[in-house]
Amino acid sequence: MTERMTGAQALVRALEHVGVDTVFGIPGGAILPAYDPLYDSVKVRHVLVRHEQGAGHAAEGYAQATGKVGVCMATSGPGATNLVTPLADAYMDSVPIVAITGQVPSGAIGTDAFQEADISGITMPITKHNFLITDAADIPRTIMEAFHIASTGRPGPVLVDISKDALQAETDFHWPPAMHLPGYRPVTRPHSKQIREAAKLIAECKRPVLYVGGGVHKARASAELLQLAELTGIPVVTTLMARGTFPDSHPQHLGMPGMHGSVAAVGALQKADLIIGLGVRFDDRVTGQLSTFAPHAKVVHADIDPAEISKNRHADVPIVGDCKEVLTDLIAAVERKGDYTAWWQVLDHLKSTYPLGYEEFDDGSLAPQYVMERLSALVGPDAIYVAGVGQHQMWAAQFIGYEKPGTFINSGGLGTMGFAVPAAMGAKMGRPDATVWAIDGDGCFQMTNQELATCAIEGVPIKVAVINNGNLGMVRQWQTLFYNERYSNTDLKTLQRIPDFVKLAEAYGCVGLRCERPEDVDAVIKQAMEIDDRPVVIDFVVHQDAMVWPMVAAGTSNDDIKIARDMAPKWESEE
Amino acid sequence: MSRHTLSVLVENKPGVLARVAALFSRRGFNIDSLAVGPTEHDDISRMTIVVNVEDLPLEQVTKQLNKLVNVLKIVELDPSQSVQRELMLIKVRADADSRSHVLELVQLFRARCVDVAADAVTIEVTGTPDKLEAFIRVLEPFGIKELVQSGMVAIGRGARSITDRSLRALDRTA
Repeated sequence: MTERMTGAQALVRALEHVGVDTVFGIPGGAILPAYDPLYDSVKVRHVLVRHEQGAGHAAEGYAQATGKVGVCMATSGPGATNLVTPLADAYMDSVPIVAITGQVPSGAIGTDAFQEADISGITMPITKHNFLITDAADIPRTIMEAFHIASTGRPGPVLVDISKDALQAETDFHWPPAMHLPGYRPVTRPHSKQIREAAKLIAECKRPVLYVGGGVHKARASAELLQLAELTGIPVVTTLMARGTFPDSHPQHLGMPGMHGSVAAVGALQKADLIIGLGVRFDDRVTGQLSTFAPHAKVVHADIDPAEISKNRHADVPIVGDCKEVLTDLIAAVERKGDYTAWWQVLDHLKSTYPLGYEEFDDGSLAPQYVMERLSALVGPDAIYVAGVGQHQMWAAQFIGYEKPGTFINSGGLGTMGFAVPAAMGAKMGRPDATVWAIDGDGCFQMTNQELATCAIEGVPIKVAVINNGNLGMVRQWQTLFYNERYSNTDLKTLQRIPDFVKLAEAYGCVGLRCERPEDVDAVIKQAMEIDDRPVVIDFVVHQDAMVWPMVAAGTSNDDIKIARDMAPKWESEE
Repeated sequence: MSRHTLSVLVENKPGVLARVAALFSRRGFNIDSLAVGPTEHDDISRMTIVVNVEDLPLEQVTKQLNKLVNVLKIVELDPSQSVQRELMLIKVRADADSRSHVLELVQLFRARCVDVAADAVTIEVTGTPDKLEAFIRVLEPFGIKELVQSGMVAIGRGARSITDRSLRALDRTA
């Protein structure tokens, strides 16, 4: 049945039909027509954020916590350009979001009209796809296509730019519209020949590693991963984007690989004779210097995006497909547990000799890693942890025990400071029953903490642990190690309490707490856990010289991993 | 490095050329030549892109191109299995004394004279890049006043068509 309505009404109706329940956004001139019918929608809740970047990251947090498409909305020009960072972030981390932006009326496009920006042109390289709509009749079909593209294949951000006149014009609405995407055909079924080849390599190898990335969680394939790992006895490493996809407590888990990975995980990849990469992209933060990465390993690489395979590291067995189907087929094809006794001896030795550790300071100050350990112990593995970018992010990845998929959300590929607070807000709105902890740095926190106002007003009781070392800590760490301790522009003076995070939290209608000594950590975490009627911010004042270890310096070989300054692990000379 | 000729079938929609061109530049590839035009199907345009790259990066850029939603199909055309042509219009100095020499060369190269003025002729010539280069060389002594050249277009030899299956895909979803 067709109904006569405006483009704006058709937009809201289409959003309802594709199952949108939450939209994060800010109105403005060009998108205003859409906000009028949105005001009446009982199915779609619009959350008025304080900055469009917050809307984008909230949509990402929502998407990652729920598995559904996150939605953000902004007006033309500056509203749209403020979405650029979250779109790029979602593109790098394959997060399904749809951004809807208003555009100046079609007749004014190209005239440098007020608040005009070519947002579809600007976002071309950072979206999976984008659309510019100038005809109201195209709105329902385009919305359906946008959600389909965002959520299928390798997920990613899609932008739909709609001119103001298209929102105002009348059109016939009917649902469902027919999609027309002849060039969009993601492959999800792995090729059986490739699966047989992979199974053959698995049967022949002596030192295999399952290198697990974000694609496994996106395929909702944790159970299959566990089954394959236990069936074969192969050790597992989980990347930053895959923390929780395989339980940290599992004896076959070696930790996170990469620049700040565990010695066991990094060492396993370097010494492996077979790497089975699942939903990974052999990112430079994992491989280190590519020419010396895993020199003895054959590679089985499974990913839903064919362009990832053999992009950085040649794949001996390329498998294009959805990781759930790949794992299911591998389980069927792999016959038995391999004999990896000698391999496990090497790995167990690395694991026990080089566990994650940290330095405690004898001045009674707080070690940030200790805060993570206590959070992990007291809050537990059911909560969702959302990190920003920097030292706190790495400590959160290292020292919190993740047991369940999707419980660690962070900005991996783009490394977007300021991600945590708005993403935590989005995650909490998507999963209101879950406890959501943002783990943020004092630098990150000052980029997007305005969304605490949104949280307080909209009733989104997130908890924020600010790991406050007064500095842009990760940059400072590099200055310590590589720039002769010349701390150029990394001291934020936050330790002088400008701003005072407790007062800031209170000003935003949140509870503000502070913790400066190790002996107070448990009490303050418990206090925060008891508050559920408004957001809580804890200012954890930590030592500014705490560093993230282990570390593979940028551009160097994984073989040169350091467990502390000038301290390298002793690899076994023979295996 | 080696030259590769890609035939890219795309949806005939605004912005598609920008997407393709932007992808090449973002991934660090220089396009030697690019030609776009309509095909036998109204909804499909065809781009012929000539790039000078190693095999491995070519595979990467092809995969990235394939990910563009508006790209329907990519085929690499082997020069020995395809007809490859460029079009050139060239304005050469030619007065009463030299005109007959120029026209003789036009004949030899199976080119065409499309405009004649008192002291110049304009010649249309099609062919492979090698032939056009050779033609330019022989005309140079007379004095080339102006030259414009199209991107290369190419089509596979034999009865098979690269559009067939893409058309079926289009029809199915239409």
